[in-house]
Amino acid sequence: MTNYIKFIAKRLAYMIVTLLLISQITFLLMNFLPGSPYSNEEKLTPQQLEIMNEKYGLSKPFGERYLLYMSGIVRGDFGISLQFSNQPVSKLLSERIGPSMQLGIQAMIFGTIVGIVLGTVSALHQNSFLDALASLSAIIGRSIPNFVFAVLLQLIFAITLKWLPIALWNDGFSSTILPTLALSITPMADAARFIRTEMIEVLNSDYVELARAKGQSERRIAIVHGLRNALIPLLTLLGPMTVGLMTGSLVVENIFAIPGIGEQFVKSILTNDYSTIMGVTLIYSAMLVTVILIVDILYGIIDPRIRVAGGKS
Amino acid sequence: MSDNLLEINNLNISFTTFAGTVQAVRGVSLDLKKGETLALVGESGSGKSVICRSIMGLLAKNAQIDSGEILFQGDNLLAKSNKDMRHVRGKKISMIFQNPMTSLNPTMTIGYQVSEALLLHEKVRKSAARKRAVELLELVGIPDAGRRLNDYPHQFSGGQRQRIVTAIALACNPEILIADEPTTALDVTIQAQILELLKDLQRKVSTSIIFITHDLGVVANVADRVAVVYGGKIVEIGLVDEIFYHPQHPYTWGLLRSMPTTDTDDEELYAIPGSPPNLLDPPSGDLFAARNPYALTADIHVEPPMFQVSPTHWAATWLLDPRSPKVALPPAIAARHQYFQERRKNAAQQPILSGGVR
Repeated sequence: MTNYIKFIAKRLAYMIVTLLLISQITFLLMNFLPGSPYSNEEKLTPQQLEIMNEKYGLSKPFGERYLLYMSGIVRGDFGISLQFSNQPVSKLLSERIGPSMQLGIQAMIFGTIVGIVLGTVSALHQNSFLDALASLSAIIGRSIPNFVFAVLLQLIFAITLKWLPIALWNDGFSSTILPTLALSITPMADAARFIRTEMIEVLNSDYVELARAKGQSERRIAIVHGLRNALIPLLTLLGPMTVGLMTGSLVVENIFAIPGIGEQFVKSILTNDYSTIMGVTLIYSAMLVTVILIVDILYGIIDPRIRVAGGKS
Repeated sequence: MSDNLLEINNLNISFTTFAGTVQAVRGVSLDLKKGETLALVGESGSGKSVICRSIMGLLAKNAQIDSGEILFQGDNLLAKSNKDMRHVRGKKISMIFQNPMTSLNPTMTIGYQVSEALLLHEKVRKSAARKRAVELLELVGIPDAGRRLNDYPHQFSGGQRQRIVTAIALACNPEILIADEPTTALDVTIQAQILELLKDLQRKVSTSIIFITHDLGVVANVADRVAVVYGGKIVEIGLVDEIFYHPQHPYTWGLLRSMPTTDTDDEELYAIPGSPPNLLDPPSGDLFAARNPYALTADIHVEPPMFQVSPTHWAATWLLDPRSPKVALPPAIAARHQYFQERRKNAAQQPILSGGVR
C-alpha cells in the first residue's frame, strides 16, 4: 500500500512538471502568433498601441510576462480575458466548463457501455446477421460526423416526436439527452469495434478454452473471462477520448446552443486572446494528465500484471 | 455395459474449410478402461487432438461429426446437447492443455481459477471451494498453497503453472483426464517432474488418463497402452510393451527408428521419408503407402483392416495378412522383436526402456 501511495505521489509530481512545460511551450508559441488582441489594430496610432500594451502588460519582455502570469496562476488568477467583455478568465472558464464536462462524461459513459455491449454481442455471434448489423452501425457511427447525428436527433426527437427540447441548456437533464447522444456516437463506435476485435481474440485464447473445458457456459465465459482481458487495450483509447469530449465539441455545442467551453477555445485563438488561450490550454492539459493517471491506475486494477513495481497488494 | 469407461466406435470427423472438406478423423475406434493410461501417439496433424476434443465436445465450429459414437459409461456423448455436455466437461472428463503459459487467465487469481469448476459443478460454498483449492494445489505440489491463492498466474513459473492447470483438471475428481501434450512446452527437467506428478496423481485418485504426445520417451514413461495415430486413423494399438518391442506397422517401425537411443552412434538418425498425407483429398488405399518402403501392391489399392496380433495388440497393415510375403525387418526392429520374445520367455517384469535396445 505504501508503494501505491509512493507511486501516486511520484505521478502527481510528474504531472506538475508536465503542466509547467506545457505552460512554457504554449506561452512561447502564443508569442509567435501573428497579429494582436486588438480587433481594430489598423486604426490605432503607435501611441495608442503603446498605452494599450502597457495596460494589458504586453509591453514587458517575454520572460517577465511569463513569470507574472505564472505567479497569478499560483494565486488562482488566470488573468483578464481580452476578448470576452473583460471578464476574469477563471470566471469565464468555470462558468462554461461545467456543461462541457457534464456532456463529455455522460457521452463517454453511455457510449462506452453501449459500445462494449455491442462489441461483445458481435464477437459472441461472429459472422452472424447480428454481428453484421452491429459492425455496420459501428462503421456508420465512425464515418458520419457527429453534428449530422445532432441534426438528425433534433429532427426526430424534438421536432417530429416532440419528446425532448430541441436546444438550449435550460431544462435540466432532459436538455442534455440529445447532445449526449450525438456526442456518444464516436466513443460507441470505437468501443464496439475495439471490443469486438479483442473479444474474438480472447475467445480463441487458451485460457478461454480451459474455461470451456471446466464446463462454464459461453455467456459467462465472455463476461467473466473475456471482458476484463478485452478491456485492457480499450482503456488506452478511452483516456484522450474522454478529455476530447469533456473539453467540448464546438459544432455540437453550437447546434444545441450550449454555453460550453468549445466556443472559447476556438475564438480565443482566432482573436489572440492570450489569457484565455493559456487558461483553456492549461485546463485541457490538466484534465488530460489527470485522465492518463486515472487510466494508469485502472490498468493496474484490471490487469494484475501491470501493477506497480514491487507493489504486492 | 462393458468394463470400458470410454468407448469410441467408428468415429469420423471432418472439417469444412475454404479449400474443401478435410477428413481429420477416419473411422477411429478406441476403448479406455478404468484407471489405465492410454497414450495417443502421432505426428502433428494426425488427428490425435481432434479425437480428444470430440470427447470433450470442444470441436471447432467448422468441424462436423460424420458418424460414430463416443460412449462414456454407456452414454453417447455425441448425442448430448451442449448444455448436458457442460455437466460432463470439467466434472467427469477434464483436460490439461499444451501450453501452461497461456492456459491460465492472466487477470484472475489462481484461487478463483482452481475453485471455478468446484463452484460450478459441486455447488459448494465459496469458503469450502477455497479450502478444496488449497488441498488441490498442495496435492499437485505448490508450496505454501494457502498463501498463494490470491496470486496471479504471472507470479508462477511454467512448471508451476502446469501443476495449477493439473489441479484445475482434478478439481471435481474426473473419471477421465485428457492430457494434450502437457509437457511439450516445458523444458526437460520440468517435463520429468510433471510426468512424475501425473503418475503419482493417478495412483492417488485413480482416474483414467488419455495422454496425447509425439514424444515416445514420454509414452514409455507413462502409458499402459499405446495407440499410434496416422492420417486420422489408428494404425496400431497395443500394450506399451507390444508397441515398443513387438511393433508390426511400418509406421511404428519408422517412429521407433527415428528416436535417438542411448547407444545411437554418430550415424545419422533415421527419418521417415516424405511428408504427412493431405487429408483434404486422401488417396485411395493405405495413406502411409507412399512413404512406406515396405508397401505392398495391396496397400496402394485397399486400406488394410485391423489385424489382431495378440488379444491386446492390433495393427492395420497388409504385412500381417497370411497371403503377404515375409519382409526382412529393419535390424533395429528385429532386435526389438527378439528382445520381446526373450522377455516373454523370462516373463520377468522389467522397466520399459524408451531406448536401449536396437
